[in-house]
Order: sequence, then C-alpha cells, then structure tokens
Amino acid sequence: MAKQSNEPVLWALFSAGGVFAAFVIPVHLFLLGLAFPLGWISAPGYESLHALARLPLTRLYLFVLCFLALFHWAHRFRYTLYDGLQIKHLNEVIFVCCYGGAILGTIVAGYLLWSFR
Amino acid sequence: MTEARQTVGYTEYHPRWYRSRVSTWWWLTRWPYLKFILREISSVFVASFVVLLLLQIRALSRGPEAYARFQHWLQNPLVLLLNLVTLFFVVFHAITWFKLAPSAMAVRFRGKRVPDLFIVGTNYAAWAVVSLVVAWFLVRP
Repeated sequence: MAKQSNEPVLWALFSAGGVFAAFVIPVHLFLLGLAFPLGWISAPGYESLHALARLPLTRLYLFVLCFLALFHWAHRFRYTLYDGLQIKHLNEVIFVCCYGGAILGTIVAGYLLWSFR
Repeated sequence: MTEARQTVGYTEYHPRWYRSRVSTWWWLTRWPYLKFILREISSVFVASFVVLLLLQIRALSRGPEAYARFQHWLQNPLVLLLNLVTLFFVVFHAITWFKLAPSAMAVRFRGKRVPDLFIVGTNYAAWAVVSLVVAWFLVRP
C-alpha cells in the first residue's frame, strides 16, 4: 500500500486558515491595534470586554481563529522558505519548526482560553 | 518484491541534470516575483496577529490592572507602527486571497461557470458584512 501523505490535511488547514484570516483579522487588528489605542473609536471597557470573552462561544471562536491562522502560517511560511532560500538540507528542520510552532501556539491558545477567568 | 528488484537490475549510473544556479535573491529581480514573496510573507503577520490576540486574552484574564497596562503598551509608537505594518500585510493577504478565490473554486450554475468577477464580488461583500459584525461586537459602548 502506498504511504499516505499528510499534505492534503496540511493544505486544507492552510486553506481554511487563509479564508478565516482574510475575513476577520483585518477588522480585529484595525480596531485593537490602531483605532482603539489612537482614540479614533472609543475602546470597550474592561468589564464588557471581559464579559464577552467569558462566553464559551466567543472563546471557541477565538480558539478556532488562532488554530487555523497558525496552521495557515506554518504551511505558507514553510514553502516560502523552501522556495525563497533554497536550503534543501534544512527542509526537515523547517518542517518541524513551522508545524511545531503552530502546535505550540495552538496549545498556548487552548490553555489561555480554557483557563480564562 | 526482492525478486523483482533482482531481475530489473538498475545501474548506479545516472546522468546529471543541467540546472543553472538560481540566486537566493531571485525574487528581488522582478516586481511580480517580489509581490509573490510579499504575499507569502503575509502569513508571518497573520501569525504575529495571533500573538497579539493571545497577549490581549492573557491581559484580560489577569484583571483590570493588567489590561490597563496592555492598553498602555498598545499606545507605544513602536507597537503602533508594527500594527500598521501588520495591518498592511493582512489586508494584502485578504485582497490576494479573494483574487485567487475564483481559481480555487470554480463554481458552476446550470452547467455554466459563474464569472470570476461575481465570485470576487461576493467575497468582498461577505468581507464587509463579517467586518461589520465583528466591529458591532467590539465597539458597543
């Protein structure tokens, strides 16, 4: 039997992450990183934001966002390094660092959101 | 398996392909190449946004003082500049992603292929709606 490749799964995660990132990250970043700190739009207070983040559905959303966005990065960055730097002898190291980073980040996100108080 | 290997009898000799050496900086030579690499590099900023989001969640979880410190940190000019650059790349990611959408999913309706422009247009419309919904949740007083 032919050895099954992980590639379709990794590509699907990359693709799903790409869609999710394209739709929601710009607005999140615009508000959090620019509009709120610069006072263009009044930032939500601690209490209301905390209450929003307490909702299980919000935390599930945030977890899926982190998980997919990180695997999107891992896949795309891996191939950028392959193509851009042409360091074939380091391909395995790159593979481990990219997906390992994504797994680690997903675990951190899961821990932070699960233990959110 | 071993039998087959014995009868085929490959030779060790293999001619070398001719490949001209490509510079590591090949992507700097033409604008489309550079655009391709910038598009791929946008993934780094997608990941760095996740880091920022996780820092916010951690601060939020630790209490009002920690969150106030986080908000103060966001006002640092260097952080603002970094967020501006990140925003440029994530918007670039979104635009290039939607541009590729018709090639990735060839939608057919009554046997005819839906025009590319329609698919791109729907993506932009959905982007606007999703952005408004997210903003509505975050901006409420």
